[in-house]
Amino acid sequence: MNEDNQAGKTVPVIFQVLRYNPETDTTPRMQEFEVPVSKGMTVLDGLHWIKENLDGSLSWRSSCRMGVCGSCGMFINGYPRLACSNQILHLSEKRIVIKPLPNYEIIRDLVPDLEKFFRKHKSVKPYLIRRDIAEQNMPTGEYFQSPDELTRYIQFAYCIKCGLCLSACPTMATDEKFTGPQALAQAWRYNSDSRDEGCSERQKFVYDEQGVSKCHFAGTCSDVCPKGVDPSFAIQLLKKDIFLKTMRIKKDHAGATVLKTAREYIPQENIPNPPKPTV
Amino acid sequence: MPDEKKLQTVQHKKNRLGIAGWVYGGRYGAERYAYTLHRITGLGILFYFILHIFATGSRIWGEAAWTRTMALFDSPVFKAGEFLVFIAFAYHALNGLRLLFTELGCWMGKPQRPVIPYKNAVRRQRPALVVLMIIALVIIILGGFDFYLLGE
Ligand code: SF4
Ligand code: FES
Repeated sequence: MNEDNQAGKTVPVIFQVLRYNPETDTTPRMQEFEVPVSKGMTVLDGLHWIKENLDGSLSWRSSCRMGVCGSCGMFINGYPRLACSNQILHLSEKRIVIKPLPNYEIIRDLVPDLEKFFRKHKSVKPYLIRRDIAEQNMPTGEYFQSPDELTRYIQFAYCIKCGLCLSACPTMATDEKFTGPQALAQAWRYNSDSRDEGCSERQKFVYDEQGVSKCHFAGTCSDVCPKGVDPSFAIQLLKKDIFLKTMRIKKDHAGATVLKTAREYIPQENIPNPPKPTV
Repeated sequence: MPDEKKLQTVQHKKNRLGIAGWVYGGRYGAERYAYTLHRITGLGILFYFILHIFATGSRIWGEAAWTRTMALFDSPVFKAGEFLVFIAFAYHALNGLRLLFTELGCWMGKPQRPVIPYKNAVRRQRPALVVLMIIALVIIILGGFDFYLLGE
């Protein structure tokens, strides 16, 4: 980055943005805008600047502008990224090329259609499944979980459903039926949760012909994931799990026990007791 | 031609990378290229097997047919082709070994709390990829000696 930018000066950067409205246009076209960029501006800031100053009809999805909501996934300079988490000058001082995420249908301009993506996510039952439904609906206590047990799945729970991983996946590029890295990673997130008892219910969607067997570990989903979810790792762990279970080396784990009263919990030494409940 | 236009619109709207998605790796890691090469070599080996079955199958038409087929394959082009199959086989076998082990959870460490800068299992297994590819290269070089220097 050149020194001038640090003093609040701006550099002109060309934004090349894909414009396309499937209802009226036959082919997409690239439109160029010149954006005055100052240090710290993100790609999303650049798009906002264009919308406010040059062309109000430019469309994209975004919300939190801080890498939390997962709305602003785009194909920026040939790589799936979050527009709000990438600074323009870190990517290029000359040209930013923005296209909608590949492997999703285009609704308009940079807006991808995530409907199938969410359907796949739902198909793996991404929630805690317990056999004792009465207890789950009207809990009498907490499910016990140790810090070690938490570490086993917490990284997979960081998914913000931005969909970047499906854009990077080469299997997804030629096969839209593949369940995909995001949904499979979520299946493992719940399968490996010590409180869950739903492995067998998820089995049908995870190990069918559209499931884990279509992953050949290109690893790109893990490279592009902005949250460190590492979906390709989760998929390999799913494969290992089914292998061990088929060979009868491992069984489905029993769901964590319910701690009926706080007294059942044995506090560790040197950790002060929690304050008394106020309500 | 409204129908053709419609089709074009559907294609553009779908925005699928298709086979280009395999070939164009962007700035992705080596494993993505290993993936593409694994598929190409897999198809190559399959093609070779089909050819092989037809070639050896020609024996049922009698000895003369067999000699004729063998004579057909006795050219430098086919020899180079055979060596290519050997390269494909060495690569496919060793990369396949890596996939087999990673599918069993080897070389990838354990799930960790996500702390920036994120590390992933793909990076953790990369040394295995490098070692296996070096072994594949050694096998290919030795095979090359056998094919071109020691052969016949
Ligand atoms: S796994 Fe990562 S890249 Fe994929 S949707 Fe979740 S956060 Fe986005
Ligand atoms: S706007 Fe929410 S992740 Fe980018």
